[in-house]
Order: sequence, then structure tokens, then C-alpha cells
Amino acid sequence: MEAIFLLIPIALILVIIGIVVFFWAVKNDQFDDLEGPAHSILFDDDPTDSSNKTNATTNNSAKDKPES
Amino acid sequence: MSNPASKQGLARDCYHCGLPVPVGADYFVLIGGAEQPMCCPGCQAVANTIISTGLDQYYQYRTDLAVTPKALEEELLDELALYDRSDIQQDFVTQLENQQAEAIFLVEGITCAACTWLIEHQLSKLAGVEQCSVNLSNHQLRLQWHTEKIKLSELLAAVYSIGYKAYPYQSAAEDKLQKTENRNYIKRLGIAGAGMAQVMMYAAALYAGAFDYISGEHRDFLRWVSLLIATPVVFYSARPFFSAALRNLKNRHLSMDVPVSIAILAAYFASLGSTLLGGREVYFDSVCMFTFFLLLGRFLEFRARSRMDQSSHHLTRLLPDTATLIEQGKQRLVAIRDLKPGDSIVVKTAQIIPADGLVIGGQSSTDESHLNGEFIPVAKALGDTVVAGSINVEHPLTIEITEVGQNTKLSGILRLLDQARATKPPIAQLADKIAQYFIATVLVLATGVALAWTFIDPSHAFWITLSVLVVTCPCALSLATPTALTAATGSLQRLGLLVSRGHTLEGLANISHVIFDKTGTLTTGKLRLQHIHPLGEYNRHQCNHIAAALEAHSEHPIANAFEASPLQAFEPRVHPGQGIEGVIDGQSYRIGRPDFAFNGITLSPPENSDRQAQWLLLANDTAPMAWFQLDDELRADAAQTVEQLGMLGLKVELLSGDYSNNVANVAKQLNISNYHSGASPMNKMTYTQALQTEGAKILMVGDGINDIPVLAAADVSIAMTSAADLTKANADAILLSSQLSHLVTAIRHARKTHRVIRQNLGWALAYNLIALPAAALGYIPPYFAALGMSLSSLVVVMNALRLSKPLAKAVTPEPSKPQTAST
Repeated sequence: MEAIFLLIPIALILVIIGIVVFFWAVKNDQFDDLEGPAHSILFDDDPTDSSNKTNATTNNSAKDKPES
Repeated sequence: MSNPASKQGLARDCYHCGLPVPVGADYFVLIGGAEQPMCCPGCQAVANTIISTGLDQYYQYRTDLAVTPKALEEELLDELALYDRSDIQQDFVTQLENQQAEAIFLVEGITCAACTWLIEHQLSKLAGVEQCSVNLSNHQLRLQWHTEKIKLSELLAAVYSIGYKAYPYQSAAEDKLQKTENRNYIKRLGIAGAGMAQVMMYAAALYAGAFDYISGEHRDFLRWVSLLIATPVVFYSARPFFSAALRNLKNRHLSMDVPVSIAILAAYFASLGSTLLGGREVYFDSVCMFTFFLLLGRFLEFRARSRMDQSSHHLTRLLPDTATLIEQGKQRLVAIRDLKPGDSIVVKTAQIIPADGLVIGGQSSTDESHLNGEFIPVAKALGDTVVAGSINVEHPLTIEITEVGQNTKLSGILRLLDQARATKPPIAQLADKIAQYFIATVLVLATGVALAWTFIDPSHAFWITLSVLVVTCPCALSLATPTALTAATGSLQRLGLLVSRGHTLEGLANISHVIFDKTGTLTTGKLRLQHIHPLGEYNRHQCNHIAAALEAHSEHPIANAFEASPLQAFEPRVHPGQGIEGVIDGQSYRIGRPDFAFNGITLSPPENSDRQAQWLLLANDTAPMAWFQLDDELRADAAQTVEQLGMLGLKVELLSGDYSNNVANVAKQLNISNYHSGASPMNKMTYTQALQTEGAKILMVGDGINDIPVLAAADVSIAMTSAADLTKANADAILLSSQLSHLVTAIRHARKTHRVIRQNLGWALAYNLIALPAAALGYIPPYFAALGMSLSSLVVVMNALRLSKPLAKAVTPEPSKPQTAST
């Protein structure tokens, strides 16, 4: 039972890391569209044209973007 | 191009937008190896663009049909070019380094996720586009591009070419606020959810330990950890409840936020005390769970509300952004805000008139249905006045502006809105009323108990008072309403009724009157040919073909009521406000107003001679040939809906801005005995308010801008999905499905919701009444109180979940049921 004195703090640290990542994601527009990404994963990124610029920017607009 | 399908006139739907393909239409696009039918050149052009840019997967990906696009016109490109001007760009474009710019646009026409895919791919193929992303939730397009390599107008034209419309978006202060609030909610929910999961795990260990003789050391450790996690949940996630409660207390008003805050804080501090002093019970798990579920309910309500608000911030979108100004004989495009009274402008066909004014050139008719409910466009000639927000239907008009901006009639209607809002009767929220008494009672009781036990046995006083507070924890009571409302709102939304205000469902359960607007609400707002009455040797069929061939040359909405004709009319001449003439097979024909079509003798229509507007006369050189009766088509399920509303015990009334006899006619067909025609927005509002002073609770269903004040004044208001954005933004709910019969389902469901709320409140109160005396006497140990509290909450939540069952879609109305006196 003494293991809990070690394991629970480790679990807490993991939770804190999770929350920090979550807050970072919220801050970087990841949660601004709660509907689109659920579908967009099913679409091919690049249908026919291989020279097409990668457009994987849906909702993960880089963090250097100014707030409009 | 000939295709068997079109020749046989098989009823086929447009592959792009799903509208039925008109008989005789011959538009096809090769998609995925098969010729697919299109309903109009607009769809054909858009589908061709999509295919030619290699984005045909759009048709596989999409889950909803596209919006019918309009063909791209030269004038539109001219208008878009205006966005290249730097003085106009400065309002919405952010300049970045390296000749890059960024702007946000609002895209119209997005129906499903495949649309966002299509737009993103179409744009990212263009040289010079650095980044683009479309947000499916709020339909915003964020574009970043090289100003050297591509012009903004070209980007926008690319969006238009695949059937969408993009408007520059100026983020208002409210939008920013909403975005921050949205993010705050998500963060708070994240913390509360993660905290709940953790603390419940430790709580399971503690509960098990209580029976299994956990060592004090382990117990204290688990409590401290729980405390550590519950603290941010209480002080970060639950903070909105505390601030709302404080605000309410300052206003001397006891809302549900007050007991919620007291419950959260009391349970938290009691647990804190237990942890510090080695007390008997901690309730960190209840605290976290309670916070999470309440917050979730608030978040869902917030999201529904903000979706509606988004459209209301864009009032100016109702007006075109640009106008064609005539200056010293030359035409020039200018921004609307630069217009002044006295300026002359040209308004082309199908454009919205940007300001109130006088016609100084041209003849046309304008569609004012959104402003006054009249569904037939009004003829305008030299010297007539036109109002901002109406649509020019037939021919270009030259207008001298008399009023702009705040002084227009449109703005006048909007000012009525504030007046209506100020006098709107509040909807009594049952939970809030109960909370007022409940919270006061509990506080008085707890103080009494504490005092009594201080005299009887001071050593027990704290724990017993705590038990009282925990056992009366208004968890169940405060969950009773939100859970029921959340569940009911969800199931109504799946049915096609989007509820945006929290009180709507409670209000809907108690209404006594349903007032309908006519045009666009009970009717579809589109003209339909109801009846052909031949006068001479020609039969109905021949007359119809001749009339349709003539009408094919008109842009007036009346023309849309006619199907495509196998005949062709030559030398067509359109006489605005009168009719059309043309030559078919060497014979000349006229259709239109009786005095225009045949000016030999005065003729009157077969019935109801005062209803001129809806009767067209077809005549050749020698004799009148047939009368055509046109009517605003009733919605297929209007009669059924009105009948069922009556069966629910509601009084149905009709309140229309339309002056014509058509109002009486519609009322007669639907069996509505109480109707008013020609009502101005002001009339509508005062009529409703007069009913309200007699105690009526009113549900208003409408769609026009002229309905906005009355929608705001009514107890509950529902806007049709075809309504103007502004109207939707001011309604409590939007009927997305255009099926009136869903109103009946919604009212039934609201009543059921009301019953469930009452059951929940009853159960929560009964539980408290039984548990409270026992706790006050010291019979209930705090852990038992906590268990009872959780169980009573569970009962409430389960009961509420009954409301989230999918609602049976209302019975489909028989489509063929004749609702008019057509023969």
C-alpha cells in the first residue's frame, strides 16, 4: 500500500502535464471549431494534384499568428 | 445536348443542390464518369469549376446538399474589385511583414464539412495564398496571402466561383468577448472534468476504506490529494457561479446561482475542515461532479446562444456593401457608408436598395416582403419612394437618396425593437422562484439548528449544522431544471428547432395564443399558379404554354410560378408593372394586368374581383383568352398544424402586414377566425402587448424584418429558417426544418419538459423535507448525507434524460391534399 505515496504524485504530475497541454491547445485555436475537425480527418488532404501546397492548417494556425 | 431524362420530363433532382430540375432544362455536368443533371446554369457553372479544379471528391465527402448558387456575373466582379481599394481594405485587412496580409471573411452557403474542405482546397491552389482555413462552427474563413502575387478580389471570386459568398468580417467587440468566453468555458470544463475523474477515483478508495478500516495515514493522504485537486475546480471552474450569485445578491434577487454557490462552497469548506482536523467525511467528489455537470449545462446553453448572436452582429450585411453612384453623368462604385442624401444611385436588378429614396429614372418593382409582409412586389415608377432593404426585382432604377443609415425606415423598425424588449414580460422561472424561498428557509434553519445545538451539546454543534447544510445541499434542486432543459433542447435541435434562450422551453409550455405571420411563415413566400380559367376556344393547356413562353422573358417573381414552355416567344417586350407582350407563331399575345392585356372592354376576374394583384389576363389581339390565378403557396402542413394547435387548446391568430385580401383567404383556408391584415410593425407590437395585458401568453412565429418588434414583444418567439438574419437573431428559437408541424411537437415536448421539471423539483423538495429534520436532530451522519445527496441528484438526472429520446418527426403531411379552391 505504500506504493500510493509514490504513484499518486506521479499520477498528479501527469494530470498537470495534461492540463497544461490542454490549455496550450485552447490558447492556440485548437478548440475554436468543435465540429469541423471531426469530419476533416476523413477527407484526403490532397486529391489529385501533388504540387498542391499542403493545407493541413485547419484549426492549427501557427502560434505566431496575431489575434485578429 | 439531348438527354432522354430531360425529354421525358422525369422528375430528377439537381445533383449539386438537390432542387428539382425544371422540365425542359438541359444542364448536365460529367461527374465521376456519369452525366449528372443540374437545375440551373448557376449549379452547372459551379459544378464545372469544382470538377475542372480536380476537387470532385467534394461530391463523395459531402453529407448535405449545396446551396443553389447564382451565376457569376460581370457586375459582381466589379463589386469585388472594390475590395482591392486600400481605403476599404483598411477596415478588415491586417498587414503582416513580407507583403503578406491577413483577413477574416464570413462565408455564406456552408452546409457541411465537405464545404470547408472544398473552399480550403480551391483557395490553396491559387498562387499567393499562404494559409487558409475555414471554421465549420462559425463559418469564418481566415486567409493569409501575398499582396504582391494575388489580389483580394481574385481570392473572393474564387470563393464565389464554387458557389459560396464571402463577406469581409469586422470582428466586433462582442465577438471577441464571446471567443474569450468560449475558451474560458472549455478550460473550466477541462479542469472540472479532469478533477472529477481524479477525485472520484480517490473517493472510491475512501468509501471502500470506510468499511475496510483504512489506516488513518492513507486516508489523510487521499484526502489531501483530493483537496489539492478539488481546489482549482472550486476556485477556477466554479467561479462563474460565484460571481453570478454575488451579482444577484447585490440586486437583492435570489437566483439558483446562490444555493449552487453555497452548496459548492459549504461542501468544499466542510471537507477542508475534515481534512485539516481529521473529521469524519470529505465531499470533494460531490463538489467536482456537481461543478462539472452544471458547467456543462451552462456551456451548451452558451453555445446555442452565441450561434444566434453571431448573425445579429452583422446587421449591415443586410445591405449591400457597395452602390453605383452617378456623378456628373458617370457611374462609379462607392461604399455604402459614403452615400449622402441627395446622391443619385443606380440599383441594378436583384440588388438590395441601400437607402431610402425617390425613383428618378426607370420603372421596376421592388420586393418589400421582408419589410411589410406583402408578397407581391410593388410596382415603382418615376416619383415613387423606395425603402432601404427592399430588393429591386425587374429593371435598373435610378434613385435619389432621401435618407441614409439611422434615418431609414429599416432603422426605424429596429428602434421599435428596443421599445419591445423593455416591456417584454419576464417568464417566471419555476426553479428561481423556488430557490428564493428554499435558500432563505435553509439559511434560517441552519442558523436555528446551530444555535439550538450550541445550547444542547456544543461539541456536536458544528458537525450537525454541517449535516444539515449537506443534506439540504440543493444539488438535486439546482440540477432539476438545467438537466431537463439541456436534454429537451438537444432533442428539439435534432428535430430542427434551434432554441437559443434558456427560458424558451419554460415559456413554450405555458402559452395560450399562437400568432402567425403570413408571408413566409404560413405560406412559403413564393408565388404559385393556382388556377387557369380559359375564356375562349383555347384549352387550359394551350393557354398555360403561351403564358409560360411569355413569362420566360420576365424577371418578376410571377414568372417563377410558370413552368418552362415548349413554345418560344419572339420580340418580347416587358412593361414593368403591367405585363409582357410577345409573338408566338406569328400571333401576338399579351399577359399581365387586365387593362394592359386587353384594353377593349373592362373585364373582371371570375371571382373576388378586388384581388387584382393575383389575377393575370392572357389575351391575343382580338379576344381575352384566359385568367391565371396566382397565389402565395401555403406550406403543405399549415392546415394540419393550425388544427393540431387548436387541439392543444391554443388560440391561433394571423397577423400580417399584407394589405391584400389574401390574408382573409389564407385565414379562411386554415380555419383561423381571428386575423388582421395590413398591420405595421408598430400595430403588430401594440396588438400583442394589448393581448398580454389581458393575461395572454403569446408565441409569435414570423420571418420578416417587420416582425422583429413583435417577436421581441411576444413571450416566446420563433423565426423561420428563411427569415432575415436579423430576425433570427431576435427570436428565441429558429425552426430550421421549415416544417410548421414541428411547432406542435415542440409545444408538446415543452409541456413534457415542464412536467419533468416539476417532478424533479418535487422529488428534490420531498427528499430535503424528509432528510432535513433527521439531520437537524443529529440522526444522519455526514457520509450518509453525502450518499443521499448523490442518489437524489442521480434520480433527477435520470428523469431528465427521458427527455432526450429522439422525437418522432411530426407526421408527414399529405402533399397532394388540395388546400385551395383550385379546380
